[in-house]
Amino acid sequence: MPPDLLLAAIRLEHVLVLGALLFSIGILIALSKRNAVGVLMGVELMLNAVNVTLIAFARFVVSPRPLDGQVFAIFVITVAAAEAAVALALAVAVYRHRETVNIDEIDLLRW
Amino acid sequence: MITDTGIVVAFYVIGITTVASALMVAAVRDLIHAVLFLVLSFVGVAGIYVVLSADFVAVAQILIYAGAISVLLVFAVMLTPAGDRRNSETAFRAPAAVLAGLVLAVTVFVIYDTNWRIASHGQFGATAASLGRAFFKPYIVPFEVASVLLVAAMVGAIALTQEEGEDGAA
Repeated sequence: MPPDLLLAAIRLEHVLVLGALLFSIGILIALSKRNAVGVLMGVELMLNAVNVTLIAFARFVVSPRPLDGQVFAIFVITVAAAEAAVALALAVAVYRHRETVNIDEIDLLRW
Repeated sequence: MITDTGIVVAFYVIGITTVASALMVAAVRDLIHAVLFLVLSFVGVAGIYVVLSADFVAVAQILIYAGAISVLLVFAVMLTPAGDRRNSETAFRAPAAVLAGLVLAVTVFVIYDTNWRIASHGQFGATAASLGRAFFKPYIVPFEVASVLLVAAMVGAIALTQEEGEDGAA
């Protein structure tokens, strides 16, 4: 297709770049936030980015069973829900013992 | 490749909104505002799913991410009142930005370097029935394992947040 029509269509690459952008923003948040809940928000964003990529592959790429990407995305959402519940319970439990959710101060296992 | 003008415009509007609100999660100074921008980002991702004809996944995204997980996040912020509400960064901010940029650069290079085998099928119709059949035929075992995982996570979350000495627990 001519390059001047680059924005006139959604191609697989465009959706994958969107997923890559979301994933790298998720990395930035997960690695740099001081609050444990903020770190968890970055992780959720990264899981969302992976789901966008899976859905894009299901829509655009040759596959004997094209809906498998969407099945995978549902499983990722399920695991993300379980992970969020446990991680937030951990944050609350740590806060109860240490009066902080600042990841710089949660250093009991540091050697 | 989708060339329908309305869908293409919707994709770019929703995509830019999603990425911008994800950036705002990293930028805003109040943690509650960060959670709200994250919810906007989740809703935008659901819109992307609709554009890519994944209607059932979009509904699940709205219910679980924009509904349940965001409520959990708000609860976690509220239940840790003495925590740092300012959404500030650790000393890892610059290395994290470098790493995120590197990941983005490598991924975009691979995306444009790979020869994707593009399928010729158009958009899917309603996917809920086909997904249900997929869950109960080829994916029945992962489906059951996922239910066990959810129960384990629920029990674990309750056990972790239980007050000490309450009902004979720890």
